[in-house]
Amino acid sequence: MLSISQELVDKIVAHARADHPDEACGVIAGRNGVPERFIPMENAERSPTFYRFDSMEQFRVWREMDERDEEPVVIYHSHTATEAYPSRTDVSYASEPNAHYVLVSTRDENEVEFRSYRILDGEISEEEVRFLP
Amino acid sequence: MAIEVRIPTILRNYTDGAKAVSAEGATLEELISNLEAAHPGIKERLVDDGSLRRFVNVYLNDEDVRFLGGLGTPVADGDTVTVLPAVAGG
Repeated sequence: MLSISQELVDKIVAHARADHPDEACGVIAGRNGVPERFIPMENAERSPTFYRFDSMEQFRVWREMDERDEEPVVIYHSHTATEAYPSRTDVSYASEPNAHYVLVSTRDENEVEFRSYRILDGEISEEEVRFLP
Repeated sequence: MAIEVRIPTILRNYTDGAKAVSAEGATLEELISNLEAAHPGIKERLVDDGSLRRFVNVYLNDEDVRFLGGLGTPVADGDTVTVLPAVAGG
């Protein structure tokens, strides 16, 4: 289960809306599995169907997390024309076994889909999301 | 002295859980071959068909080796090599 504050959820959704129709991506860093620090990342692909963290930005962010004793608790990205469910490419490149993979869909202008998954060894398991005040 | 290689979570099953290991070599390619000798299986996760895998980022100190010389990049004692799987998807 992912427990996440409404404030962080709102930030992720705002980022996804702002970058629509391109996919948005980023990280929530934290300790002990608690998502705390919102880090929007540049989508180096600037694409409506693909995302990739810029390699130098990722290096800086990962080093900073290391120094603060944090980990990438949440890795999020948006789908802009399809549902908030991991695509085949999402599964094949999933490389943080401890992260919650959050997907947001911005295909509907008014409704937002916000879902979370674990992706391990090619297996997707959806998990419950608890929104904290 | 040797070269410190920082290993991402997903590859720590090759290093008995170690976050960093040391290795030697004059180029990144040699370093990876030496890593393979101590941690069999790791090379295949980094290299495919003679070049770095597309979705693996390797940094020499603060630089992405793709902007240096790829596998031919010279490395030296005291350097730090960091491996990070690219975060990507569709």
